[in-house]
Amino acid sequence: MALRQAAIYGKGGIGKSTTTQNLVAALAELGQKVMIVGCDPKADSTRLILHSKAQETIMHLAAESGTVEDLELDDVLRTGYAGIKCVESGGPEPGVGCAGRGVITAINFLEEEGAYEEDLNFVFYDVLGDVVCGGFAMPIRENKAQEIYIVVSGEMMAMYAANNISKGIVKYANSGGVRLAGLICNSRNTDREDELIEALADKLGTQMIHFVPRDNVVQRAEIRRMTVIEYDPTALQADEYRALAQKIIDNKKFVIPNPLTMDELEDLLMEFGILDEEDESIIGKTADQERAPESAVA
Amino acid sequence: MSAMTHDETEAMIQEVLEVYPEKARKDRAKHLTANDPSVEQSKKCITSNRRSLPGVMTIRGCAYAGSKGVVWGPVKDLVHVSHGPVGCGQYSRAGRRNYYVGTTGVNTFGTMNFTSDFQEKDIVFGGDKKLAKLIDEIEGLFPLSKGVTIQSECPIGLIGDDIEAVAKQKTAEHGKTMVPVRCEGFRGVSQSLGHHIANDTVRDWVLDKRDHDTSWESTPYDVAIIGDYNIGGDAWASRILLEEMGLRVVAQWSGDGTLSEMELTPKVKLNLLHCYRSMNYISRHMEEKYGIPWLEYNFFGPTKIEESLREIAARFDDRIKEGAERVIARYRQESDAVIAKYRPRLEGKRVMLYVGGLRPRHIIGAYEDLGMEVVGTGYEFAHNDDYDRTLKEMGNATLIYDDVTGYEFESFVQRVKPDLIGSGIKEKYIFQKMGVPFRQMHSWDYSGPYHGYDGFAIFARDMDMTLNNPCWTNMTPPWKGRPDADQAVAAE
Repeated sequence: MALRQAAIYGKGGIGKSTTTQNLVAALAELGQKVMIVGCDPKADSTRLILHSKAQETIMHLAAESGTVEDLELDDVLRTGYAGIKCVESGGPEPGVGCAGRGVITAINFLEEEGAYEEDLNFVFYDVLGDVVCGGFAMPIRENKAQEIYIVVSGEMMAMYAANNISKGIVKYANSGGVRLAGLICNSRNTDREDELIEALADKLGTQMIHFVPRDNVVQRAEIRRMTVIEYDPTALQADEYRALAQKIIDNKKFVIPNPLTMDELEDLLMEFGILDEEDESIIGKTADQERAPESAVA
Repeated sequence: MSAMTHDETEAMIQEVLEVYPEKARKDRAKHLTANDPSVEQSKKCITSNRRSLPGVMTIRGCAYAGSKGVVWGPVKDLVHVSHGPVGCGQYSRAGRRNYYVGTTGVNTFGTMNFTSDFQEKDIVFGGDKKLAKLIDEIEGLFPLSKGVTIQSECPIGLIGDDIEAVAKQKTAEHGKTMVPVRCEGFRGVSQSLGHHIANDTVRDWVLDKRDHDTSWESTPYDVAIIGDYNIGGDAWASRILLEEMGLRVVAQWSGDGTLSEMELTPKVKLNLLHCYRSMNYISRHMEEKYGIPWLEYNFFGPTKIEESLREIAARFDDRIKEGAERVIARYRQESDAVIAKYRPRLEGKRVMLYVGGLRPRHIIGAYEDLGMEVVGTGYEFAHNDDYDRTLKEMGNATLIYDDVTGYEFESFVQRVKPDLIGSGIKEKYIFQKMGVPFRQMHSWDYSGPYHGYDGFAIFARDMDMTLNNPCWTNMTPPWKGRPDADQAVAAE
């Protein structure tokens, strides 16, 4: 089977890294050979697979040894649970340098060193929440990830982010082969969450590939720096990740998304009661003005 | 070729513009004009200081070039760090021929290249730590340096390094002047913004350092030379004239200049401004803050030198006025001899110029002293106040071109057929291959000085040896046809 490269995007804090690692663990359990490429300066994309605090990253090792050219693939690649290959791009502390360039440098390094030529079925890029510059779009450029999964919940900002990421995909879809492969709903237990995400997926022209319910076992596993698959293979939640893994293996629905306009997105949110109807009359009014009787305003 | 009329020049411009697509033609038309010396405001006939069009092969430089290469680079006792990847500093190293006195590597550093030599890791993790370390190393290796300027290359502005914080910290630690300059090359449309940024950093980090120092004794005759970069020794040839007329030259900005001279400049009585474009900003600032007037002058060719010496002297008492007349009388014999020797060999020759800050207008008088005529001129990075000053120096219906493109310059030369072109290194070989005598007028073609009376003698000699070089009779420009070449091809 040809190598499939997928990138996981989504709003910061939505659970991308946790979902990715549990998904990858499930894929590995199903016999798939998988690599995770962490594209976040925090370098927390592989800790549940490696049981480590944070993996040594390509950029930190490069900084220590002088240049990235001095590194070998073995220096940066770690193998964790079920043979999953792990690598982190790494980057600077917040507020200095250029994290985007770190992602670009790291991915170029992996390509040049032939990291993708090994016997792999899947590569997953776990990317920083906000695509703030070209560096974080690196995984969706030509010859990188062809399928994008967006982790989303029924919260307003998560859906905004999902829509924005879809816009980014459209930009690169026309020049390369990148496609939206589905929304993964990581439940926050909001009302009618599954229906809402189904509706959003429908409008975007994609699918809600799986609804991952909320379960505290994920946190219990995480405290132990493990995935649920490894910590408690019999847990119901483990089966949810297995189901997601199987759906991704079988997935054939790769689309160029139709991002929503702001109005369309707000209409959708209003339909599900997440956003109130906008009251034009209160815009720009201070608390003082609102307290004043109408005659005084006029 | 006889002089062109206004209509003929305009028609030529239209003809040259014809090959452009419509949008480019419209844009470029605004930058080209047939001169009318009676026009007071150049904005009525020419547009300048605008973004160059992609694909036109502009000859312009960048903001870093304007700061490191022009304004700051010649200050000889500071170390100028090209902060970023190695190329910007290395490929501009020592190219401008700013002469200075001193022992390079000990108390002066002008021709050395200092760079932070950015690598990937510096981009990703930021370069502030490296910069701090580098400044410490400079302090250790070159203890006689008076300080450091940090000349930002493009990446510094992209990754958000805090070079100001590093400068402040190192100033406190070493007790020396550290100047952070945000002259990233992508800023602005040309090197002109780099001049402005560099001037602003002089204002903010240097100029007020000795405001409260009364130990320095000033005289009523203190002046500063502003905007002379001492290319091939220009500032020295200028300075002696001012000194001979009785003035005391406190500072040279920035050719062969020092940090201390810059700090003392707010105490002078008059700022003498040669390159208006690159240093009018700091001159205006000193006028506003310290009440020091500034005067533009021109030390190219005896006519302009005499005019300028008298204008300068008029700002002082009779002692200086008499001094100016004495200097003029003393050198007139010398310059008359130069003219007597070279004018017959150069009379009537036509010149096209395309240079930088002040030369497209300042050198005109020197050519005229030799009986030559400037029939076309233009600036790489001028603003309209430069063209205001240029229109009246140029003859009626002569050609004026702003940010000229490679194609336009070649096309104009083919039509105007000048006897000599004065421009930069990138233009030199094209025109020499076309068989047109050429002088490199940025670095004086490795000659100079050209300022002052001493410089005029060298200028006249150089123009003669270029124009009347026997090699040109062995070359035929393309527009004269090449029957020999045709025959050679036929014979093969």
